[in-house]
Parts: sequence; C-alpha cells; structure tokens
Amino acid sequence: MNVLVPLPVVLPLVAAAASVLLQRWLRVQQAFGVLACVGTLAASIALLARVESGGVSAVQLGGWPAPGGITLVADRFSAIMLVVSTAVVLAVLVYALGQLDAAHESLYFHPVYLVLVAGVSASFLTGDLFNLFVAFEIMLTASYVLITLGGSGAQVRAGMTYVVISLVASTLFVAGVGLVYAATGTVNMADLSQRLAEVPGDLRMALGLLFVCVFGIKAAIFPLFFWLPDAYPTAPSPVTAVFAGLLTKVGVYAIIRTQTLLFVPVGRPSVVLLVIAGATMVVGVLGAIAQNDIKRILSFHIVSQIGYMVMGLALFTLAGLAGAIFYIVHHIIVKTALFLVAGIIETATGTAALSRLAGLVRRAPLVAALFAVPALSLAGFPPFSGFVAKLALVRAGLEVGQGVIVGVSLAVSLLTIFSMSKIWGGAFWGSLTEQEVSPTPEAVPRPVPAGGARLRVPPTMLLSTAALVALSLAVAVAAGPLYALSERAAANLLDTTAYVTAVLG
Amino acid sequence: MNLGLAALVGILFSVGTYLLLQRTLTRIVIGIALLGHAANLLLLVAGGRAGRPPLITNEPGPAFVDPLPQALALTAIVIAFGAIALLLTLAWRSFVLHGEDEVEDDLEDRRIGRLADGARE
Repeated sequence: MNVLVPLPVVLPLVAAAASVLLQRWLRVQQAFGVLACVGTLAASIALLARVESGGVSAVQLGGWPAPGGITLVADRFSAIMLVVSTAVVLAVLVYALGQLDAAHESLYFHPVYLVLVAGVSASFLTGDLFNLFVAFEIMLTASYVLITLGGSGAQVRAGMTYVVISLVASTLFVAGVGLVYAATGTVNMADLSQRLAEVPGDLRMALGLLFVCVFGIKAAIFPLFFWLPDAYPTAPSPVTAVFAGLLTKVGVYAIIRTQTLLFVPVGRPSVVLLVIAGATMVVGVLGAIAQNDIKRILSFHIVSQIGYMVMGLALFTLAGLAGAIFYIVHHIIVKTALFLVAGIIETATGTAALSRLAGLVRRAPLVAALFAVPALSLAGFPPFSGFVAKLALVRAGLEVGQGVIVGVSLAVSLLTIFSMSKIWGGAFWGSLTEQEVSPTPEAVPRPVPAGGARLRVPPTMLLSTAALVALSLAVAVAAGPLYALSERAAANLLDTTAYVTAVLG
Repeated sequence: MNLGLAALVGILFSVGTYLLLQRTLTRIVIGIALLGHAANLLLLVAGGRAGRPPLITNEPGPAFVDPLPQALALTAIVIAFGAIALLLTLAWRSFVLHGEDEVEDDLEDRRIGRLADGARE
C-alpha cells in the first residue's frame, strides 16, 4: 500500500480536527496551520516525484477491490495540480496571518481553511465519480463558511447566491452520477472509461454534456459564470485570493479529467467546447472592462482566463492539453498573486475602488512592482509565464487549423492588457482630484489617506505575495522542463491505459 | 424501471426548480431541499427494481438489491442535510440584518437601476 497517495488529503483533515482543539491559543493554531500546509506541500512534491519516476500510483482505501472500493489515484496531471495548489494555499495562509484580524481568525478560520485544503486535494486525487462529488462538497462546505466569515450584510447577500448556485450544481452532480450508474453499473472512473465506451453514442454525449454543465458552474464557464464576479469580491481578501486561484480550477480539472477519461475524445476538436471557450474569454474580459473595482475587475478576469483552459481541452490534441495544463499552473499562481496585491491595497488604503485610489506607485513602489509583474504575465507579455502559456495554446490551435479561436484568444489578450492598464492607471498613477474623492453613493464614506505618506503594509503580506510573484517568474524561467512535464501529463490523459491498469490491476 | 418513481423524480425536479426561481429565501431553501430529494430518488431508481431483500442470502444469482446506490444516496442525504442547515442559517442572518426574507438585488442590478432612475428624472 502506498502511503504517499492519501497523505495530501489525510494530513490537512487531521490537522483541521486538531486545530479546533487549539482554538484558545491563536498563535499556536496559526503556527500549526502553517506547519500542516508545509507538510502537505512536502507530501505533494514527494508524490509528484514518485509519479514522475514510477508512473500512475493508485490506492484502494479500506482494502476493498477496485470497482467497488474507495480509490485514490495520482497521475502526473493530478500531482502537478496538487503541488501548485498546496504551494498557493501555503502562501495565502501566511498572508492571512498578516491581514486577518483576531476577530475573523477566532471564527475557526484555520480549521475551516485546512478542511478546504483537504477537499481540494481530495478532488485531485479521487478515482471515483461519487467520491469526486464528496470531495467537492468538502471543499464547497468549507468555502461557504469562509466566504461568509464575519457575516456582514454584503457577505450574506453574496454568500447566499454562491451557496444556492453551488447546491444546484451539486444536485445536478448527484443526478448525473445516478444516471451514469443506471447506464453502466459503476462509478469508478477507470472502470467507467471502459464501460461508457459500450454505451450508445448519443446517451454518452448527453451524460458528457450534463457533466460539462455541472463542472461548468463550478469552473464559471460562459453561460454559467454569472455568480462568480458577484460572490468573490465580498469575502476577506485572503479567502478571495485562494478561491480565485483554486476553486474554479478544480472545476476545470474535473472537466478535463471527465472529458478525457470518461467521455472518450473523438480525436478532433470539439466545436461545442470551442464555442464555450471563445464566449467565456470574450464575455469575461468585456465584463472586466466595465468594472471600477480592482477585485471585481480581477474576478471577471478569472472567467476570461477559464476560456483559455477550456480552449486547450477543446482542441483534444497533445499540444492543446499540455498547453491547458501549463496555463492552469501559470494562472493559479498569477491570479492568486494579483488578488493578494488587491488585498494589500485594500488593507492599506481602505478601498479597492479605482475612483478612490491614485498615485500608489509613489506611496508603495514595492506593491506597484508586485502588481506589475503578474499583471503583465496575465496579459501575456513575452518574458513572463503567461506568454509561454498563451504561445503554447496558440501553437496548438494553429496546428489543427483552428484559426478562429486563436484569433479570439489573441484579441482577448489585447483587451486584458487594456483592463490591466486601467487598474494601473487608476490605482498606481495620477493623483486624486477633488471630485473623485467625494464618496459615490455606492461606497461607504471613508477618510482618504493623505496623498504623500508611504503606505504601511504588514511584512507577512508582502513576503507571501513576493514569494508567489517569484514563483510565477520561476515558472517562466523553467518553462522548458515544465512544459515537457505538462506534455507528459497530457500524454497520460490521452492514453488512459496506464491509469486504468493502475486502478483495476 | 418503475414509471411511477421516474415520474415522481420529474415532478420533484420541476417543483424544486419552480421554488428556486422565487424571490423569497424560505421558498428557495425548500426548493433546494426538493431538488436534493429528486436527485436521491434518482439514485435509488438507478439501483434497479424495488422489492428484493436488502440482505445477502444463500440463493444463487443476484437475489438481493444492489447496495451501492443506497450507500450513495445515504451519503448525499447527509451532505444535503448539512448544506440546508447552513442555508437556513444564512437566510436567518439575512432576515436579522435586513428585516425581510427576500433575495436582494446584486450590485450591478442596483447600479443599472440607479442609471434608469437618473434617466427618468
């Protein structure tokens, strides 16, 4: 039995339980939470190394044989996702130590956060459709608590939408699992990949589309994204950052996993997914342009970026999937870093509304630099990780002659630059005029800090944001080996025999 | 396949969807609960015919009912129970904060509403 595979799930879950007991000693609880995240990160890296050298590893928890038991599987794709997600989770937790006040932290922030980590890890590792549902629920239930942490009016309003939408998706998920079970008599994904091939083609397509809908709600793809830009910005900023970086990407992971493993790819680009991808990119970026609040602009950008990942999947080629995997890795790191910077601005100045900010480049040059690097990377400027990711996707698209989606993706990149420069021009350059200082009816009146003073930012916040920005630069520097790794992971996704034999033996 | 149960699943889904589209939070919560029941019932229907004993007997062949969908439905019920409890708490909190049991407009709706009011004046 391979102990390493369940470790990224078990470790944070046990730590969460223990963390509840430490509720009275906040400092100890903080240190414990960070320690647990470091442990999970170490376990994930060890798992990636193991999968890289030894191939797909599968574990049957409880000792029941494969199709009926609880299966955990780690292949290259899930191991990569685990490493990136736990790295981001650790950085955000360190950031939260500086940002959250004791009142928020005493509301069981640390235990719930660790449960969230366990849920995310479980989603990446599970080899069973129903346990994927359970893992999603672990993650989502923790996210319900985190998004409403503090229980202010705006949070309750946004949280209500978020919870209801997520529950509808979960209900559809259970219904989908029921239908799949009725059609095949199994919920084990390796088993399903063989059984679903025997199911009539139109029934298989209907089931496939149902799962695209279910995960599409969680991943915020085109017609189903409307809840995201409203729900995310109200939460405390570390929570928003980790949601923005991770939760939608877990949905994307589930789409890629189910579409490649279960609903056998036909070997040519999927028109439905390409249309979804293009529409997601365009609508997301247009929404971002219309906004005036840093967090809302960035939230719409999540939607837009999801389109690129779906585009990579929709091409259904080795290069497309490799590009999508590389894009996810790049996006998780960069997006989280951007939200952390937005959180720093909000903490230091008291607002994230562009109309009430100006001249931060003089008052906090380091913060400006920390914003500029991931912003340029998100837009896809050459030396940064976003450029490599987009280049991979564009090349993959041209290889199979999908010029339209490539054109759309490049146009959306231009609009991304436009809205990033809007944040830059609004928050970092210029000075406030008298008219702009006067509060809009939307915003709560707050004293605007004097223009010349340097901003005070807690060092842990700067440190963890800088670490993430450095990580995104490292992704750009190590783009060659990382892309090769993504290609090997994509090869595993397209050829499912290794996965199936590892699970079913 | 039991047609009655299948029809019941359909009815539960449609009633749940109808309630979900209402403006009152309590109705939304009840709608979510009904949708959950529909999905769980669907799992049970997927498990095959009713009427077989839920026990493993000595008779040859599949004489007992398939236990897996029941286990799945049980798990889903427990999860839905927790989620609905949380949803009720949120609805209560919303009632305490705003004094009414209704879904509020989101920020965009309010902004557009203000623009429309401004245009009218």
